[in-house]
Parts: sequence; structure tokens; C-alpha cells
Amino acid sequence: MSPERTPLFLARRSYRRRRVADAARILPLIGGVLFCLPLLWKGSPASDSTVQSLVYIFGLWVILILTSAIISRHLRLDENDRDDTRNEHQGPGGA
Amino acid sequence: MTVLNLLILVCLLYVVLLFTVAFAADRAAMMGRGSWLRSSVVYTLSLSIYCTAWTFYGAVGFAARSGLEFVTIYLGPTLVMVGWWWTLRRLVRVGRSQRITSIADLISSRYGKSNLLAVLVTVLAVVATTPYIALQLQSVTLSFAAFAGTDPEAGTLPDMQSTALWVAGGLALFTILFGTRNLDANERHHGVVMAIALEAVVKLFALLAVGVFVVWGLSGGIGPTLDRIETSAIARFEVSGSRWVGLTMLSAMAFLTLPRMFQVLVVENEADEHLRTAAWAFPAYLMLMSLFVVPIAVVGLDMMPAGANPDLFVLTLPLMEGRDGLAILSFLGGFSSATSMVIVAAIALSTMVSNHVVMPLWLHYSGMAAVVSGDVRTVALMARRLSIGGVLFLGYVYFRMSGGGTALAAIGLIAFVGVAQFLPALMGGLFWRGATRTGALAGLVLGAAVWLYCLFLPSFGPSAILPQTVFDHGLWGQGWLRPRALFGAEGMDPVIHALMWSLLLNVSAFILGSLLSFPQPLERLQGAQFVNSFDHPSAPGGWSGGMAQSEDLLIMAQRIMGAREAQALFAAAAGRQGVVGYLPEPSPDFLQELERALAGSVGAATAHAMIGQIVGGAAVSVEDLMAVADETAQIMEYSSQLEAKSQELARTARQLRQANETLTQISVQKDGFLSQISHELRTPMTSIRAFSEILRDTEDLSPDEQSKYATIIHDETVRLTRLLDDLLDLSVLENGQVELNIQTGTLEALLDRSVRAAGGDGDGFRIRRVRANEQVDLTTDLDRLAQVFINLISNARKYCDARPAILNIRVTVSDGQLVVDFVDNGSGIPTDKHAVIFEKFSRIGQTRASGAGLGLAICREIMERLGGEVSYLPGQKGAAFRVTLPLMTDRVAAQEAV
Repeated sequence: MSPERTPLFLARRSYRRRRVADAARILPLIGGVLFCLPLLWKGSPASDSTVQSLVYIFGLWVILILTSAIISRHLRLDENDRDDTRNEHQGPGGA
Repeated sequence: MTVLNLLILVCLLYVVLLFTVAFAADRAAMMGRGSWLRSSVVYTLSLSIYCTAWTFYGAVGFAARSGLEFVTIYLGPTLVMVGWWWTLRRLVRVGRSQRITSIADLISSRYGKSNLLAVLVTVLAVVATTPYIALQLQSVTLSFAAFAGTDPEAGTLPDMQSTALWVAGGLALFTILFGTRNLDANERHHGVVMAIALEAVVKLFALLAVGVFVVWGLSGGIGPTLDRIETSAIARFEVSGSRWVGLTMLSAMAFLTLPRMFQVLVVENEADEHLRTAAWAFPAYLMLMSLFVVPIAVVGLDMMPAGANPDLFVLTLPLMEGRDGLAILSFLGGFSSATSMVIVAAIALSTMVSNHVVMPLWLHYSGMAAVVSGDVRTVALMARRLSIGGVLFLGYVYFRMSGGGTALAAIGLIAFVGVAQFLPALMGGLFWRGATRTGALAGLVLGAAVWLYCLFLPSFGPSAILPQTVFDHGLWGQGWLRPRALFGAEGMDPVIHALMWSLLLNVSAFILGSLLSFPQPLERLQGAQFVNSFDHPSAPGGWSGGMAQSEDLLIMAQRIMGAREAQALFAAAAGRQGVVGYLPEPSPDFLQELERALAGSVGAATAHAMIGQIVGGAAVSVEDLMAVADETAQIMEYSSQLEAKSQELARTARQLRQANETLTQISVQKDGFLSQISHELRTPMTSIRAFSEILRDTEDLSPDEQSKYATIIHDETVRLTRLLDDLLDLSVLENGQVELNIQTGTLEALLDRSVRAAGGDGDGFRIRRVRANEQVDLTTDLDRLAQVFINLISNARKYCDARPAILNIRVTVSDGQLVVDFVDNGSGIPTDKHAVIFEKFSRIGQTRASGAGLGLAICREIMERLGGEVSYLPGQKGAAFRVTLPLMTDRVAAQEAV
């Protein structure tokens, strides 16, 4: 019952924000796949040591944390702006 | 002093510190100074209850047994937090807008406020969490015993059972003290959250300290440590793919559905802002928690004697090296992990048990008790306290029965699989409008049954609960029903086996049940609100009001939320509707708002049922259904709008009729007063005239007679003067020509004076006061204020018809407002007269006592001049008047300055 009333194409700023939200959605999927990567190393004698996996996993973990921090900071701007515009049209929400 | 004694002392000091911190945080929040209590950092730290003692000690043991696999338990939550934009944001938004109190409440709320679902979720949560609590008790006693074991001076080992009992008792006390402060589960438990945040810091610091000691103290740096790992028993990365993926998914699911995680993630969340910080800060916390796990495990395997419990390496490594200080710190870390988990789990479970099991039963057995008798608030709080005690007692009993054996060690993952059964109903409810109550019930029941049969019951060992024959040949001799090899899936890891089958069957039953059933109207309405939580921030109304009695609603709300909050809510709603006083029109919007507010205290299902008792059934209006049923014809939409308009008109007409009635009554009273006043003026006049004529015309009056007649004339004149004074007083007040005489004094002295002037108590009239509350300094026109008090007290004395008549004078100060309530125990004032009692010349009924009906009108004018208000307070047992006065008004301040 709620067809998209938003315009088909967006300004550069709003376009960028949408893509940041997309990145936030895709991040856990990428992280999940990358965390499973060590499973593929089994069998190759050169690279299935615990130390190597340890370094890989914790390195990936740090990268994920940093990426998440950056994305979340940009999403903050996004949310505030959108709330403002909504408030202009509808007044404060019912809550 | 021996190490063991030192440990006990440090432990006690730490507990005292926790109580102090919780108490201080509660106090700060109460004084309104606690804005930092609501910060994102505290929120992130409170999430750390995910890391229980099972993590603190068990992760090292896990790593010592199966290498890097332990890390999956932290990768799952990391992925969930990183992907907060998808799930958590929606969950938190819905949780706040629907005032959700627990995961059971959320699921029941989504599927048409079904209490059956809530009970099911509650029972499953209790079954899954009880062993988990037992595990925490075990870890504390084990670590205690580890200390005692190394202490040569300790005469006897402390009794494990009694240690566990002390810990359980202390935790119950703490949780009851700080976890049931307020009934509204949506209000944050500041004290508890603060204590948990502190414990989060302690356990992280402790684990990092042990890690640093192991890496740099025992192994000689990072390089040698890595070499040591290369040559250890867990050097090869030998992880089964299914367990790696399965456990990561399992921990991600459990992170969302564990009752205690739901409590801190959703219920105690106050703003989206917190999620933004936690999105990276909590994964960082998890990463730091697991950073040193492998080194500790490897060094432990290397240095400890064979057969040492790897679960206790965190503790025994420093002990063996003689680092008692570090060992005590490590003990505190484990103690913190255990206690914080138990506290929050007990709060979450007790909320669920009291809201979804105890309260519905109590309401059922006390019939219409919500309206008639009993204090719901006390019952609810008591239920919650008893539930906390009950949950901890269950945990302790489980610990004793299982004997603290190894069976407990595996319980962490088993509990995870149990609570993961909530996930299909939870996520399906948030993202799929087609999900129905039938589907959710079917999925939950089937999933829980498979979990019990394949994982929980077998965990007690063969022949403990399930006989050996069932393990070997399946239920009723059916080979495909063997609990470890359901449908012939042999050779799988038991946890993954149970996870796969339970979730597969759960999801299938959920989808099939939803597709085949048709939802109730209320379900569809809730479904639309949950799924479209971002598109339609304001919810459509749920009640068709009109029949409801606002006063009944107020009485009920007072019993649940407490008098002050309820009155504030009603007064605010009345203000928005433009109605004076405490009783708003029972419009659908207001009923919806009231239901939400009540849901915060007793859960959605109970709140719905209680309002239903008063309003009477009709829960979904045509208008609401129209919003749900998408493509229905425009004409029906139009007719429903017409209906809504006509309802609006009916309401307006009722308000107009009310206004008209008030006017008519006033006019009748005015006529009545005119004849009354002519009568009142005429009677003394007649006697004055008669007696003065006698004095003038009679010659031989004795001095006695003369003085008697003169006295009569004098008395009558005094009476006339008093009446005219009142009238003059009123007109002066009304015209605003009055001059205030500002003085300072205490309320107690003022009330003393007023009570004396009104005739004191005695003669079957008693006044009850709480002098401790009356120590308030006032700066206002004390004489005028006393006039108001005297009037209210003497009114109660004159009109209260109870024997003995009792007048309660209650004083409260809130938000810079002095509130004095005068409540008597008589039959009160009928609702239809509330509007007119403050009008001039109004006299209720044919009263026995004399009076021109000017007293309350004068009171109202005086209070208006003083910047306060006097109003009738409905919903009490007898007549009740409320005087409110700002403690320092601008007007008074301005007058003082002049």
C-alpha cells in the first residue's frame, strides 16, 4: 500500500548515502565469506598452520572493525538528514 | 594471611564496590544527573554480558581441545553487529515503538498479542537458561576450589555446594535490589547496567593482563609465542567445515535471541546512536577478549602437568608461577563474567515469567480485579522478585543435581541451539507480513521438540533420561528416529546435527503454517506495523472507544503505573484534547497510548487484555482494517472515513452537550443563588428592623432586654457583613485588584494553623498527616494559602458523610511543584458535578450545612493569583482536592523584587 513516492533519480549527495547503506548491508556477507576462507586451505601442507590462520583471522577482524566504524559514521549523517526532512513534512513522530 | 583468605576479602570488597556503584548510578539517575549513564560506551559495555564465565574460562579450554574453532563463538556476534543496519536497527526500532519488555513479549506482540506464544517462549527460555546459570555457579566454585587447592595452609577445602549457595543468594539479593526498582521494563536499570559495564571492564582487563603475562612474561615475546604455537598440539588448522560455518551461524543467531542479550540489546536501548557506536566497538571488545586465548591455551598445555583442566588455565597459570595478585585479578574477571550474566538473565527471565505467566493467571483468577480491587503494581513487582529468586534457585538446584560434572561444560552450545528456535518467528515476524501465529506456534513447538529430543535430553548421558535403547535403535524401535542420527543422518557432530534438523523443521513448519492459515485482524494489524516500522512511524489506532469510562481506566492505570505517572499521563492526554482536568475523552488514540504505556509495565498481551476488560472487546476498528487490507475498493475506504467522521461528530456533539449542561446548571444555580441571597439578606434585615422598632417604640424596656435586643441586632449585622465580605472578596480576586502579601514559612506551620482555624480534629472527624513530608519552605501569600486550606478542611468536615470521617492530607514535591492532596473517605462528588463545583454559587445537592457556595470559587481565584491551581482529583475513594503550587513562581519572584 506504500508505493515509492520518491523520485526515480537522486541528487549526488543522497545517491552517495544510499550506497553507504548498501555497503553497510553487504559488509557482514563479505565478512562471513572471508572468515570461511581458511577452510579452503586445508590439505595444502604449506599453509594450514594455526599461526597463519590466526594472523589472517585477527587481521581480517581488525579490518572489519575499522570498515564498520567508517561506514557507521557516514550512516549517522544520513539518518539525521532524513529525519530532519521527515520532520519538516510530518511533524514529530507519534512516539 | 593466606591467599585463600585474601581472595575472600578481595571478593567481598569487590561485591561491596558493585553494590556501591549500582546504588550511586541509581541515585544519579534519580537526581537527573546521569546523562553519561545513557552513553554509547555504557551501552557497548553492557553488551559484553555475551562473554560469560563460559567464555572467560571456557574459551581457553575450547582452544586447548580444538584449536582455533573457539573463535566462531565471537565471529557470529561480530557479523551481526557489523550488519546492524539490516536487523538490529529494525529490532531496536520496533522494540522502542511497541514498548517491548522481552523477547517473549516481542513475539507475542507481533502475532496478535497471543499469550500462548509468550508462555511457550518463556518456558523454552527458562529451560535453556537454567543450565546456563548453573554453569556460571559451577565456574565460580571451580575457580574458588583451584585457589584452595594450591593453598597449603587451607585446612579443608571449602564446600563447593555452600560456595554456590552463597553466590546464588548474593546474586538474587543484588538483582532484586537493583533490577526491580521500577515496574516499567522499558526504563533502563541504571544501577544494574552501570555495575555490568564496570564488570565488563574488569573482565577484559583481567584477561588481557593474563595474556600479556603469558606472552611477554612466560614465552618471551610475540615471536617465541608464535613458535610455541607452531610446535604445540594444536599447530594444525584442523577444523571441520560444517562446525566452523555452523557454529558461526549458531552464535550469530543466539546473539539475537538469548533472553539476556535481547534485554541489553533491545529493551535497555535508548537510541539508534548507541547502535552506531556498538557496531564497531563491540566487535573490537570481542576481538580483544579472544586475542590471547590461543597463546594462553598453548602455554598452558606446555607448562601445566598432563591432566590439568584446560578450562582453568587462565587461573592456574598465574597461580603456578606464584603470581597471586594476577591470579586474584583473573579470579575477579571470571567472577565478573559469571555474575553479570546471571544478573541480566535473571532480570530478563523474571520479566517474562511475571508478565506472561503470573500476571495472566492472577488476572484470570481475580476476575475483574483490574478494576475492582487489589494493587496490580505490587503484585507485578512481587511476581518479578519471586521469579528472580525462583530462576536462581532453579539454577542452583540444577547445579546440585548435575553434581557440577563435565556434563555442564557442553551446556553453552546446547542452550544456544535452544534459544535459536526463536529466530524464525522473530525474523519472519519482522520481515514477512504473511507470517502468522499458527505458523509461529507450529515452528516453535516442532523446533523445541527436536532440540529437546536430539540435544538437550541426550546431553545428560545415556540412560540418564533417555534409555540406552532409544540411543541405539530410536524411539519405538524406529531406526530413523535415533536422537543422534535423525532421518539416518549419521556421523554428524551432535550440535550441528541438532541445529540443522531443529531449524530446518522449525522454518518449514513456520512457513507452511503461515501459508495455510489465515491471520486474525489484530495479527494483520500488528504484522503491518512491525514489517513497515520505518514507513509508518505512527501506528493506526487499535481501540474503538466511546463506551469506556475514563475514570475506570484511570483507576486501573493508577494501580499499575503508580498514581503520579498515571495522573500525569491522563492529564497530558486531556490537555491535548482540550479537556480540563484529569479525565480525557477515551478516543482510540488515547486508548492506544495508554495500552503502550501499560505494556511497558506488564507486557503487551496483559495490557491488551486489561484494557479489553474495561473497554469491552471491540479491538480493531473498520478504519484500521482498511489500512491493512490493501487493494480494497475506494468506496469502502470512503465509507469508513465517513464513519470515522461521524464518530468524531458524535464526540464533538457529546462535548457540546456537556458544555451546554454545565451552562444550564450554572444558570439554574445562579437563579437559585439570587433567591438564596435575597433570602439570606432578608432574614437578618427583617429581624434587625423588628428589634430596632421595638427598641425605638417600647417605652419601659428593662436594661436586660435592651442589651439582649441590641446583641441580636449586632449578631445579624455581623452575619450580613460576612456575606458581603465574601462577595467583595470574590469580586476583588476576579478583577485582579488583589495585593499579595508575600511571606516565608514552612508548610507544616501553615497546615497546623489551617487545621486549628477549621476547628481542629475531634468529634468523629480525624485528620491524617505525614509531618515528615511537610518540611517545605514556602514563599508566597501565606494568609491567602491558609484561606484555601481552611476552606478545603472545613468542607471535608462539613460534607464528609463517613463515620468516622477521615481526611488524609498528602504532600509531595515534584519538578519544583508543591502538591497537597486533601482526600476524605466519604462518598465523594458525583462525576457530573465535577465541572461545576468550582463555579460561583454552586452547592451540591440540598446540603445540611449552611453556606452560600462561594468557598471553592474563592479558593480557585486565590490559587490562580498565587500561580497555582486547585482541582478535583477523580479516581480516589472519597472527595479529593488537589492544590498545586510552584515553589518559586515568576510572579512571586517579580513581586519580591519590587
